[in-house]
Amino acid sequence: MPENVHDAKVWDVVVVGAGPAGSAAALALARAGCSVLLLERGPFPGSKNVYGGVVYARVLDEILPQWWLDVPVQRWVTRRSTMIMTGHQALTVDIRAQNWGKAPFNGMTTYRPDFDAWLAGKAVDAGAVLITSTVATGLIRDGRGRVCGVRTDRPGGDLRARVVIACDGVNSFLAKEAGLLPAADAGHHTLGVKEVWSLPPEVIEERYALGRREGLDIEMLGCTRGIPGGGFLYTGHDTVTVGVVVSVEALAKAKVRPEELIADLRAHPAIAPGLRGADLKEYAAHLIPEGGYRTMPKLATDGLLIAGDAAGMCLAAGLWLEGVNFAIGSGLAAGAATAKAVRAGDFSAAALASYRTSMQANFVLSDHKRMKDAPKLVLNERLHAQYTSLICDMAEAIFTVVNPEPKPRMTALLRRTVKDHGVRWRDLAKDAALGGRIFR
Amino acid sequence: MSMNSHHVDPPERLPVVAFEDRMATVEFRVGQRAHIVVDSDVCRSCTTQACVTACPANLFAPTSDGGILFNYEQCFECGTCYMVCNSQGALTWSYPDGGHGVVFRKG
Ligand SMILES: Cc1cc2nc3c(=O)[nH]c(=O)nc-3n(C[C@H](O)[C@H](O)[C@H](O)COP(=O)(O)OP(=O)(O)OC[C@H]3O[C@@H](n4cnc5c(N)ncnc54)[C@H](O)[C@@H]3O)c2cc1C
Ligand code: SF4
Ligand code: SF4
Repeated sequence: MPENVHDAKVWDVVVVGAGPAGSAAALALARAGCSVLLLERGPFPGSKNVYGGVVYARVLDEILPQWWLDVPVQRWVTRRSTMIMTGHQALTVDIRAQNWGKAPFNGMTTYRPDFDAWLAGKAVDAGAVLITSTVATGLIRDGRGRVCGVRTDRPGGDLRARVVIACDGVNSFLAKEAGLLPAADAGHHTLGVKEVWSLPPEVIEERYALGRREGLDIEMLGCTRGIPGGGFLYTGHDTVTVGVVVSVEALAKAKVRPEELIADLRAHPAIAPGLRGADLKEYAAHLIPEGGYRTMPKLATDGLLIAGDAAGMCLAAGLWLEGVNFAIGSGLAAGAATAKAVRAGDFSAAALASYRTSMQANFVLSDHKRMKDAPKLVLNERLHAQYTSLICDMAEAIFTVVNPEPKPRMTALLRRTVKDHGVRWRDLAKDAALGGRIFR
Repeated sequence: MSMNSHHVDPPERLPVVAFEDRMATVEFRVGQRAHIVVDSDVCRSCTTQACVTACPANLFAPTSDGGILFNYEQCFECGTCYMVCNSQGALTWSYPDGGHGVVFRKG
């Protein structure tokens, strides 16, 4: 640890966790002239972090103009597919947008050890002090119960701060200690497991119909043996990542091993040909907070803010799985609110309240609020057990030519398919209305 | 397969990845301290043993006496086990000491 990190120094802010939320907060604070210590338990930022594969980085436009000039990108996503599947069918909606392949870009595939280290580097460039290989093990409180620092696993490792920002991700033990998060909550978390397979870049471009540096992102439904969740496939420069995200509670109940779900996906006729001859480079797992707006904890107490996954900011709404941009958005907001509190010399929860209001005014809490019922739909058993195969069968029937029979009428076909799948119209109408409300 | 074959190819035979090979792709800087400790006595009366199938690293091995044998060394630090564990006190869960544990390269 560098000199003078401990001593009797009181930092304006200690930020715990150098993921996207923490590094964004530290960057905003350092730019605002605060003294910031950014603490990371891994040997380097990103070393502990796993996600699917796409970062939407427009949230950085203001604080890091032209971020795309040096961001460590694998591929720029110019093709996005949503695939609804059963074991032997797949119905795909595929969009290609060449605009996404040029500045200011849309999504990029990138590895977290690269991206997170890059963003933490920006915070350091701005003046934040980054300490790695150090775990924050608990909160320090003053006589009046206000948070005024963290303990660490280094000898003599207490760190004092005017404000602590907990950006320690899903499982946030600091938010749990502060009483903001429940000790365990399997019903509102999903487990993501993924495999990274290597292939030559030209092979990837040919198999997935991509130009140089262009990437594909596929989100899949119906590939998880009826366990609420979904699958994903992302192309890197010379890798293809496949994985699944499933409800922790339902996975445990189903007694299915997570890697078997990936193996199913890899064997699927719509996926297998793309992976022919590839080598496994890495297997990884991580949790996602999926409760959304309705389970979001209180965001501030005296001397403490929580941001990113620690505060359940990940947006998991079926069509969208966006956590990194939401983590950055909340980190920037936490940093700005804290800088204001430092200037005013008041670190109470009330003085930090602009954190929440600023996120209500931008995408972070607006999108979450609008999609507050998405978790109910996304983790709905009917969606996974019945609707996906209903949709595939319907599509297959529409395109199956049964001459000499005439083509069936769509309404008759729908009635028959719904009946064959044992779906009740009442449930279907209710779920469709819910979907309509969420995505309106 | 000839051009006038009447069938599509049979399903592909994909490489089956043995679990050890799968875990061998992951870097672990194993620390001295076991960051997760399992109390097998508590596990013996557990009705679900949900950790056994849910742990993505497959670290919970049921023993013949109904308990659990656990090794912390190849752990993703994901938290799934404590989320699914339904018995108070079976798991003592913490992060490995700073700089130790899993190191992802393509996370
Ligand atoms: C399988 C999967 C797929 C996903 N796909 C996508 C996707 O494609 N796009 C997207 O935008 N989002 C995706 N997400 C969500 C996204 O990964 C998260 O929302 C995002 O990483 C949250 O950022 P964060 O900074 O809040 O937390 P994290 O990225 O988890 O960072 C927390 C940091 O804190 C550190 N830390 C934790 N505890 C301590 C401690 N006590 N002391 C010191 N350091 C500590 C950790 O090491 C880590 O570096 C996915 C997630 C998963 C699991
Ligand atoms: S779920 Fe908990 S109590 Fe049950 S076997 Fe696993 S660790 Fe033990
Ligand atoms: S933290 Fe995750 S990988 Fe580690 S033992 Fe628990 S479930 Fe398994």
